[in-house]
Amino acid sequence: MTTRPHAMLDAAAEILLRPGGLDLESLDAGLGHVLTPGVDYADLYFQRSWHESWVLEDGEVKEAGYNIDGGVGVRAMSGEKTGFAYSNQITADALAETGRTASGIVRSGTSLTGAPPVITRATVRYDAIDPLSGLSAEEKVALLKVADGVARAADPSITQVSASLTGVHEVVLVRASDGTLAADVRPLVRFNVSVIAVKNGRRERGSAGGGGRYPMARLRDDNVAERFAREAVRQALVNLEAVAAPAGQFPVVLGPGWPGILLHEAVGHGLEGDFNRKGSSAFAGRMGQRVASPGVTVVDDATLADRRGSMSVDDEGTPGQYTPLIEDGILTGYMQDKLNARLMGMAPTGNARRESFAHMPMPRMTNTYMLAGQDVPADIIKSVKRGLYAVSFGGGQVDITSGKFVFSASEAYLIEDGRITAPVKGATLIGNGPEAMGRVSMVGHDLELDTGIGVCGKEGQGVPVGVGQPTLKLDELTVGGTQS
Amino acid sequence: MRENRMTQAFDAIAQQQLLESRAQQALSLARRLGADACEVGASVDQGVGVSVREGDVETVELSRDQGIAVTVYVGARKGSASSTDAGEDSIRAVVEKALAIARHTGEDAASGLADAELMATHLPDLDVHHPWDLSTEQAIEIALACESAGRGVAGIRSSDGASLSSGEGVRVYANSHGFLGSQRGSRHSLSCMLIAEDEGGMQRDYDYTSARHPRDLLAPESIGRSAAERTLRRLGARRPVTGRLPVLFDPSLASGLIGHLMSAIAGGSLYRQSSFLCDRLGESLFPEWFSLGERPMEMGAMASSPFDNDGVQTRNNTYIDKGYLASYMLSAYSARRLGMATTGNAGGARNLRLDAPLVARDELLEKMGRGVLVTELMGQGVNGVTGDYSRGAAGFWVENGELQYPIEEFTIASNLQAMFKGLVGVGRDIDTRGSIHTGSWLIDEMTVAGG
Repeated sequence: MTTRPHAMLDAAAEILLRPGGLDLESLDAGLGHVLTPGVDYADLYFQRSWHESWVLEDGEVKEAGYNIDGGVGVRAMSGEKTGFAYSNQITADALAETGRTASGIVRSGTSLTGAPPVITRATVRYDAIDPLSGLSAEEKVALLKVADGVARAADPSITQVSASLTGVHEVVLVRASDGTLAADVRPLVRFNVSVIAVKNGRRERGSAGGGGRYPMARLRDDNVAERFAREAVRQALVNLEAVAAPAGQFPVVLGPGWPGILLHEAVGHGLEGDFNRKGSSAFAGRMGQRVASPGVTVVDDATLADRRGSMSVDDEGTPGQYTPLIEDGILTGYMQDKLNARLMGMAPTGNARRESFAHMPMPRMTNTYMLAGQDVPADIIKSVKRGLYAVSFGGGQVDITSGKFVFSASEAYLIEDGRITAPVKGATLIGNGPEAMGRVSMVGHDLELDTGIGVCGKEGQGVPVGVGQPTLKLDELTVGGTQS
Repeated sequence: MRENRMTQAFDAIAQQQLLESRAQQALSLARRLGADACEVGASVDQGVGVSVREGDVETVELSRDQGIAVTVYVGARKGSASSTDAGEDSIRAVVEKALAIARHTGEDAASGLADAELMATHLPDLDVHHPWDLSTEQAIEIALACESAGRGVAGIRSSDGASLSSGEGVRVYANSHGFLGSQRGSRHSLSCMLIAEDEGGMQRDYDYTSARHPRDLLAPESIGRSAAERTLRRLGARRPVTGRLPVLFDPSLASGLIGHLMSAIAGGSLYRQSSFLCDRLGESLFPEWFSLGERPMEMGAMASSPFDNDGVQTRNNTYIDKGYLASYMLSAYSARRLGMATTGNAGGARNLRLDAPLVARDELLEKMGRGVLVTELMGQGVNGVTGDYSRGAAGFWVENGELQYPIEEFTIASNLQAMFKGLVGVGRDIDTRGSIHTGSWLIDEMTVAGG
């Protein structure tokens, strides 16, 4: 993909600044309001987003919605202090008022002059398009009806089908006192199918979905409505047969792709710069040390083309990067925004993200995954006498200080004498991040990324992320079933 | 030095009048452009937040959020659109977009406003708006006093910060029946999180206080000290054995169990057949000594409102009556889908209160004898379709009715139906910080998976 920073900036300025009577040059004056004595860094973040959703239930699209959001967030920093204010007006008056408010955090110090703007050069990781416009309303409705028809025809036990199609067109522009001037246009689309199957008095759900940073038309071209409908039905039928999950400590084999949520929770959050600067992470002070088994390499990668978690530039205008976190079991990197990088004497890694202009940026993951190893997946299953094989998960959570993490299986099977046998009901798995990573004993050669469904929450802010991994074996993990 | 007030100029009454007129404007525009019926929700919230860490200011944040959402009905079709800008141009764009969408959605016989005769007419002031006029300096002082009290407790290694937030806002709901309801509200909270460490590693925990009125917040020092106690008591945690044991849920977690019940009897879960309580109306779910209802008109409470999100008059519903499922929780739409009548619950339940014999927590521990007290839950392992429950937990091992030592890295699992039936007792230690008020819950038996 080509790099055309000037064209991107001009397009963003046209959408974000011009309606309120501003232009790129006037942002220097905007920064001037924030750069009061004692402020050592300031930034302006302009954003506008258009969000569309179509929801099918009972064979009809009965609900559809459209949301327009936008405004400017202004940050002033002094050492470890941050002042933050925002406005949903993008005008000279709003910049003056939010600037004065944000800079109120400091009262004295030397005055800094903003550096002249230098346009960020970043490789574009997705097309700068409006993903909503590629399909007509009729085509969007038709796509949802395909999912409904396929799911209902797939099995007589399917009693309910719901499907949704959502898309976001987002335009952002960042201007910071260190000279940063960057813009990005971020498309994001997603298609989801959820079904209820009822049989012999049992009722179970199955769901599937995915998407990425590309036009809605690609969802149609990729036949996602049919594929996700079939997958949701398959999962619901498996769950109809599920028996109670075991309780206690067992070897656990995780399938490839979405189970990479393990890495997100067990490792990822603990390697975000803010927690390590504050010393509140179980990984704090362990740079250069062994934190996982040999053979385990984990990266955060914003550079993957069209992926849900990818960022051409982050929300501070730093280009998205490929950041190794753990290499062959050794801790080698943290994910940083500018504030935490500066305070730790490190370089920003393009991981500054915010839910919107109305939220402060923090170090966040993008696409986090484990690189492929050497093992054949079938051999990994064969090596387990009695354990669990988990292939799909609901969600997870971590306490970054104690390192305890959980994630909840939504499709799992027993492994008995090296063979996958009965499906088991969803169960929560719990472990300690650094310990669990030390118990990884086999890594498959089958790296897969998830289908594009992840939302990560941190301090109340949600951002889209990706995860991935090859088939993995952990020698021991606690399985929270009901069969003790 | 500049005088730095925390609050940006915010005149709640003026904002209320402005939102009311914008809502009316949207309604009349929608009618003019061809909507048969229309409803509008609008809100504006303003808040301030300060956080301190290790004795110094970390962030000062001023927030101001507004939004307007319009739903139009054209025949049996519906369209919705919303914006964070409630200016006149934006309102026009939102109404036009909603109408454009309604041309493409399918017909839905159940769609439309709630019946006109159900619109709330009794709209008293429920005493929920108590803004706090304080300067940045005062806010920082309060947060620092809170953190300092916690850091001063022997054994605390460091602080993850103390935060104070204070906000007020206005919300308006209007529809083309001519109903217009609006309400001003406020909320203030103070929290502190601390870290302690021993040879087994680091532990953190927190405490908070939250209220509509600033005078109802607990003292900053007591929050700091209790955060310290909660953190220190986690040190030296072991893993419990795997087995079937009674489980005592802390009040803040017991309210989560009530939350799962309410999700399962919410109209949306029922008409989608995605609830383990489908078709269970009138059946026995809890022991006969347990009843649960809502008090939406309670003065000064966290979720008080005289009208629901359909404009329908709220009322004192009883959901669990002497153990039996007495009512579902329905909006106008979900009620039509189920062939029932709305219960005034568009937007959820308001101020859930239980009616049960309450006993001292020590008595519950004594009754439990040997088991686990759970003080923290992790993860989302609750399946609303089947009621299956499996979550990560931390807490304390109980032996002979007394706390023995902290425990962590274990799961508790069962099914919500069995847990509700197996409710043995409710504690007097009621947590009143949220909209669900309950004490501890003792459940007879769950599967504990640990070391």
